[in-house]
Amino acid sequence: MSDYNHHADHVGTEVAPAQTKRIWQVFLILSAVTTLEFVIAFTIKTGYFKTSLFVGLTIVKAFYIVGEFMHLKHEVKGLIWAILLPTLFVCWLLLAMMLEGGSIFNLR
Amino acid sequence: MATTVTTESTELFDKKTWMGGVEPMNASYGKLMMWFFLISDTFTFSALLVTYGLIRFSFPVYDPAIHGAFQFSNLYWPIPEQVYNSVPFLHGVDAPLIFVGIMTFILIFSSVTMVLAVEAGHRMDRPTVEKYMLWTILGGFAFLGCQAWEWSHFIHGTEQGMSIKEIVSGEWVSRTVFGANLTENQYGPPAFADLFFFITGFHGTHVFSGVLLNMLIFYRTATGLYQRRGHYEMVEKVGLYWHFVDLVWVFVFTFFYLV
Repeated sequence: MSDYNHHADHVGTEVAPAQTKRIWQVFLILSAVTTLEFVIAFTIKTGYFKTSLFVGLTIVKAFYIVGEFMHLKHEVKGLIWAILLPTLFVCWLLLAMMLEGGSIFNLR
Repeated sequence: MATTVTTESTELFDKKTWMGGVEPMNASYGKLMMWFFLISDTFTFSALLVTYGLIRFSFPVYDPAIHGAFQFSNLYWPIPEQVYNSVPFLHGVDAPLIFVGIMTFILIFSSVTMVLAVEAGHRMDRPTVEKYMLWTILGGFAFLGCQAWEWSHFIHGTEQGMSIKEIVSGEWVSRTVFGANLTENQYGPPAFADLFFFITGFHGTHVFSGVLLNMLIFYRTATGLYQRRGHYEMVEKVGLYWHFVDLVWVFVFTFFYLV
């Protein structure tokens, strides 16, 4: 994001053409994935396979939102890791606590 | 002391590094702090989702072989598509997950208009920023309206309700529960309603404050503040927040409504 236009005397004149092709591309991908999730919700039987499909597709959507819309894909590596690493630990906590919940169910 | 560090190897960390004006990670101060705020907000939301995972897995799942045809019961965790199956103006029509799907598309679309506003800001194109900020605000309000309806429907419940048996002063008494609140829930265990209120409520609060921030940004764009300042970085920072709200909804949608 270093390519900012810092010239204040540029006001209102000769606006550069819009570069929105990639944005609409990502929008199409997100819509397609969401539609696919709907199809899966009503066609595939409930079970581990369905759940892992949903989790996988959610990660795909998260990748496009964070990577393209939030522009993280184009930041420096240090920033990417500063955001990604804590999130990975959160995923571990989620898994651990779900297993814990299963064990509470078994003990009841 | 200072005279001992004037070797060539210390050139990377010369005095100027500590005099300000250097952007660590190539991001401005405000943007970096927004990222760190968002990661801390991620922890808060994860705490709620982790709680959901823990409580859900500690309840029995609905199994047709054991429980028979599906009906609302506090013995097992409900199936989301049986709970969220109503759409405004279509009373009595079974439309599983349709309304929440509409909400998802509204939020994704308002995220797109936000990123279009950010893109226009890079080009110093003030009218386009204004236009897309307005669309984003509209999307935010539309989502909040949908959520208000969803909550209202969830709280009031269906016509049949759920009949429960409980012991009142030593005797079994049967009565019907309609809708849900923090202590009673016609759709399943009370914990299910509690988590619904907490998770979607916390997300809705984020959407609401996002809409307020978007309105502030629109106002400042319309009055030409960013044009005079020479850059539209504020649009980008608030845009980060708005995308994060969309991102959280993607996770809430999957873990609360689909799985």
